[in-house]
Amino acid sequence: MSSRDVKVVVTGLGVTTPVGGDVPSTWEAILAGRSGIRTLEEDWVAKYELPVTFGGRLAVPADQVLTKVEVRRLDPNAQYAMIASREAWQDAGAPDVDPLRLGCVIGTGIGGVWTLLDQWDNLREKGPRRVFPLAVPMLMPNSASGNVSLDLGARAGAHTAVSACASGAESMGLAAEMIRSGRADIVVAGGTEGAMHPLCFAGFAAMQALSKRNDDPAHASRPYDVDRDGFVMGEGAAVMVLESEESARARGARIYAEFAGLGMSADSHHIAAPEPEGAGASRAMIEALERAGVSPSDVCHVNAHATSTPVGDVAEANAIRRAFGDAADGMAVSATKSMTGHLLGAAGALEGVLTVLSVHHRVAPPTINIENLDPEVNLDVVRDTPRDLPAGDIVALNNSFGFGGHNVALAIKNY
Amino acid sequence: MAQTEQEILEGLANIVNEETGVDVADVQLDKSFTDDLDIDSLSMMTIVVNAEEAFGVRIPDDEVKNLSTVGDAVTFIKNAQG
Repeated sequence: MSSRDVKVVVTGLGVTTPVGGDVPSTWEAILAGRSGIRTLEEDWVAKYELPVTFGGRLAVPADQVLTKVEVRRLDPNAQYAMIASREAWQDAGAPDVDPLRLGCVIGTGIGGVWTLLDQWDNLREKGPRRVFPLAVPMLMPNSASGNVSLDLGARAGAHTAVSACASGAESMGLAAEMIRSGRADIVVAGGTEGAMHPLCFAGFAAMQALSKRNDDPAHASRPYDVDRDGFVMGEGAAVMVLESEESARARGARIYAEFAGLGMSADSHHIAAPEPEGAGASRAMIEALERAGVSPSDVCHVNAHATSTPVGDVAEANAIRRAFGDAADGMAVSATKSMTGHLLGAAGALEGVLTVLSVHHRVAPPTINIENLDPEVNLDVVRDTPRDLPAGDIVALNNSFGFGGHNVALAIKNY
Repeated sequence: MAQTEQEILEGLANIVNEETGVDVADVQLDKSFTDDLDIDSLSMMTIVVNAEEAFGVRIPDDEVKNLSTVGDAVTFIKNAQG
């Protein structure tokens, strides 16, 4: 059997997000159009005079889920990944799999920034003796992947995709490749980010990338609205259990959807700005469909990257048109960051999970906060309430893009 | 600020629990950190660093390898406190 013949399916899902502590509560909030964005209560907001005073903290704080020792020995980045991975693993039925056939790929955009900076403070204020001996294994970007591998006994390989806000989707794509190439039968894959640190707020604000709608946080993330003014920082993790169809069927697993295609490209245009015509992004979308063996007219839903930045949303809309032409008219486009905010390295993973749920339940999530649709966005945007997807064979696409010019598109098919 | 052996044991047991999750009740004088309590060298260093702060003593790196049991650590801390 050639690698292209190996069908990869989704058998487990897990998340912790600003709108819910697990998959059922998150999905319920998304369909209800509830925002997870609030004014931040942390004292560092005022202390450092941050120009942005809101974001999407986890709906259920990690210390309510993990043990005290886990919280102490893991950076938030890895904590969130553990929560999502454990849920996904249980959701998949905790498969009895040879550890040498089980892998994990957990991506992140930023990594253990809290540990890095806390320990830098310790060094400066108290000296080298007070630097926590676990500082390095906590701050390294592969910490989440390594800890999930330890937790689940995954020995086929533990990898970390780092491609800014495309990391989560890239991880899921690489996990599917791992299965197709025969390196593993089951791979736990996703993205995580725990970077709601004042430095990250200050850094993104300095780029003019964040919304400054401080007086109205719940309406700040408004992809495709004419008055959008930047993204809203969120945090969390999302993970799916990917599995060869053969393995899933052999153990009688519940199958949510087929993980049908992956497309990736790089803009090589600018380190942070998207290529305005969307050439690179459209190449990724076309590749995902080609590898899924479907045509644009089969695509009924796109979970867009749509972060609520003035430039990015239009560039993606152009890319979708460029890739699909008139076929884009038949695609229900959803921007779920309008509710969750932007989870950076976990964003693509969360939206990947939501795309799987959309296909499985045949419903496209709403996009909230659009008062006036930007006329430059020539797409069929699902606004305010969910929209049913058709019966029969369907395909949905999830787009993720990251600073550095990374473009990732995932194609999900009903099963 | 010299403390009794019992006070040091209790304080140390709390640190061990905080860093590794080992039950406070299991941290007894005759227990080996590695063989009985399953504490690896990295975790041992986190315990040492916290014990230094809690007990106001310095535990040199060269000395850590000699602290094989909880009792060894309590004795070292007691002597270091004078």
